[in-house]
Amino acid sequence: MTTSREHLDTALRVEALASLLIERGLIDEETVGKFVTTYEQSVGPMNGAKVVAKAWTDPEYRARLLADGTAAIAELEFSGPQGEHIIVVENTATVHHVVVCTLCSCYPWPVLGLPPSWYKDPAYRSRVVREPRQVLREFGLDLGDEVEIRVHDSSSEVRYMVLPERPAGTGDASEEELAALVTRDAMVGVAKVAAP
Amino acid sequence: MTRAGQADAAYLLDSAGPTAPPRDNGELVFTAPWESQAFGVALALEDAGRIDWEDFRQSLIREISDWEAAHPTGEGWSYYECWLRALERLVSGQGLVADADLRARRAALAARPAGHDHEDPGHHEHGEPAHH
Repeated sequence: MTTSREHLDTALRVEALASLLIERGLIDEETVGKFVTTYEQSVGPMNGAKVVAKAWTDPEYRARLLADGTAAIAELEFSGPQGEHIIVVENTATVHHVVVCTLCSCYPWPVLGLPPSWYKDPAYRSRVVREPRQVLREFGLDLGDEVEIRVHDSSSEVRYMVLPERPAGTGDASEEELAALVTRDAMVGVAKVAAP
Repeated sequence: MTRAGQADAAYLLDSAGPTAPPRDNGELVFTAPWESQAFGVALALEDAGRIDWEDFRQSLIREISDWEAAHPTGEGWSYYECWLRALERLVSGQGLVADADLRARRAALAARPAGHDHEDPGHHEHGEPAHH
């Protein structure tokens, strides 16, 4: 954590930058506020959860999603910045996918919102590539040796989203009920979706 | 110092209402108002066609990698500090706002009388920037 003094200085730097850009007509304050509100309130993992639930209940949608993530996601009207090239990878009993951005923080915003702090952390970004099994264990996900782990590095060209395994015992669940089970962590691949 | 703390507290309280931000797994998207402001400014610049997102991303990659090289233990990490530096560097590098103007504006803002709201970057009733 930064101290209050450092915090104040940083806040002041942002204010200096924003006020100059606004005064010069390079950006307007309303647009700044609109983006903040959108990503604080409207765009988040609940979008991705709907995509996952639809894929679990509609085999044709699942096929389209795995063939062209961006297009299938756009069918649910989720699109926008950082969502231009989304590839969806499917977890199975024998292959587990996990996503990272080793260089910065590339992440599929339209379906997952902004990344959590651990995703941006230097430790996660470097370690999950070197020792994914151990990192997943630290997240509480202990995968057997028979499960192959594939780490995907998101970039400006491609952002990955994981289609988790549908939990057992959810045969009667509606799409809406299923969506409520899906967590952000499962769609990044650091968790499984737990049965209700 | 307490003012910043109070502003943070108010921010967190706001997030508990019916329009609470997404916080699956108990995490807020932004942890301080300046972080959301820095985020919004970058997107607004891209939206207005003033910067190219890939240029910003490259600037961010460089800031993160410089920070990591200088802090091998990872202590003191702040993603949005890197974000802000990347944005400042890009904005001055592309000639949108000169470094000197940024420094002058910071000095002017820092010299405001106590009690001025430091958490409202859009507020510009302060005086002319200092001249050097």
